Amino acid sequence: MPLIQMQNVSKWYGSFAVLTDCSTNIEQGEVVVVCGPSGSGKSTLIKTINGLEPFQSGTIMVDGISVGNPKTSLNALRSQVGMVFQNFELFPHLSVTENLILAQIKVLKKDRSTAIEQGLKYLNRVGLIEHKDKFPGQLSGGQQQRVAIARALCMQPKVMLFDEPTSALDPEMVGEVLDVMVQLAQDGMTMICVTHEMGFAKKVSDRVIFMDQGRIVEDCTKDEFFNDSGNRSPRAKEFLSKIIQQ
Amino acid sequence: MELDFSFYNWDLFKNFLQKGLLFSLQLTLVATIGGIILGTILALMRLSGQKLLATPATWYVNLMRSIPLVMVILWFFLLMPSIIGKSIGAELSAYITFIAFEAAFFSEIVRAGIGSVAKGQTAAGQALGLSYSQNMKYIVLPQAFRNMIPVLMTQTIILFQDTSLVYAIGAYDLLKGFEVAGKNFGRPIEAYLLAAIVYFLICFSLSRVVRKIQSKVAIIR
Repeated sequence: MPLIQMQNVSKWYGSFAVLTDCSTNIEQGEVVVVCGPSGSGKSTLIKTINGLEPFQSGTIMVDGISVGNPKTSLNALRSQVGMVFQNFELFPHLSVTENLILAQIKVLKKDRSTAIEQGLKYLNRVGLIEHKDKFPGQLSGGQQQRVAIARALCMQPKVMLFDEPTSALDPEMVGEVLDVMVQLAQDGMTMICVTHEMGFAKKVSDRVIFMDQGRIVEDCTKDEFFNDSGNRSPRAKEFLSKIIQQ
Repeated sequence: MELDFSFYNWDLFKNFLQKGLLFSLQLTLVATIGGIILGTILALMRLSGQKLLATPATWYVNLMRSIPLVMVILWFFLLMPSIIGKSIGAELSAYITFIAFEAAFFSEIVRAGIGSVAKGQTAAGQALGLSYSQNMKYIVLPQAFRNMIPVLMTQTIILFQDTSLVYAIGAYDLLKGFEVAGKNFGRPIEAYLLAAIVYFLICFSLSRVVRKIQSKVAIIR
């Protein structure tokens, strides 16, 4: 059974459709890149998976749990779905270590020393162990985003969602964050990444979802997406040609 | 007109001012702490999105903010005896009134402070599985209070000045001390002049303290 099953998910504000009939399945260990022009609903789509964005119709199952069911404990579900934001969203009033352990202690009910041990393990993995006592504001954007990834990993999530993780970074810091993500993908993490980094998509993704105006227009392997553009929709072709020009 | 400052001495402070100063400071402290606690509860009620909680809180805040403080002080003092059957005294009455009144103002400050915390912070807390109350407690309120500290402290300084309004119910505060001293020495002008200087010095030095604290608790961004 796929880890995530999304069926006919639609979301609208009044008469404005944000998502229309989005369906896809994501298997355990799969790395999926979601791309498309801005305003196409990419971020909204991945935020429906952990219930940060409610949707009006359709179903989403994450590891057998229905996201849209009002009886589902969203907090429990979210603790199993890691999320990395465009603007990092580290907690600026807490040290790096406190950022890493807060949810482990409050949500997973771990004791402090176990949480610290786990937190520092992942901080080490993203190469920032020497910054454990600093505050987010003392780190560069790239470092903050790596801490944010470590913070999400501390919860040992079943899947990681990335919402344009490199879009707010200076160009020279994009690489360090992508390196961490590539490593994560190679370690077998299930990942759904909204990103414009086509290099990343070509390197590690299994599948590419292309969205336009709230619809999933393309849902194919990366080879089909990048190398078989003859069979792609006109909108995807246009998007690809612009990306390649850059 | 000739001014006589000969009664400006330690005895003046000991006999007339000390007691009043102590009460004014206590009233400020109690009203600030009580007002912030009650104000935070009111702010959370208004932000809860639950009509049953938000509506009464909104009414309370709007009511309190639309009545002059001196009237609230007077009314509470005059009405309490007829409700509970006996007088509760000017000082206890002042404590209760100030907490109730200041809570309305502090709640607006707290509400703005909560609004000043970026939306993404709440989303990040939610994404980690924190509940609404955990998110408030560990993520939003700590940041909100840090952002609010200058405004909260400024409100406290205004509150200290407002404590002089308890003259309306005859409580013995700092201003009352000067008034009594002025009458006693037959020198009301000199007494009120000194009162102005003392209020200025206290409020001015408090505002310097605010600046110091502000730079200490500011979040590094």
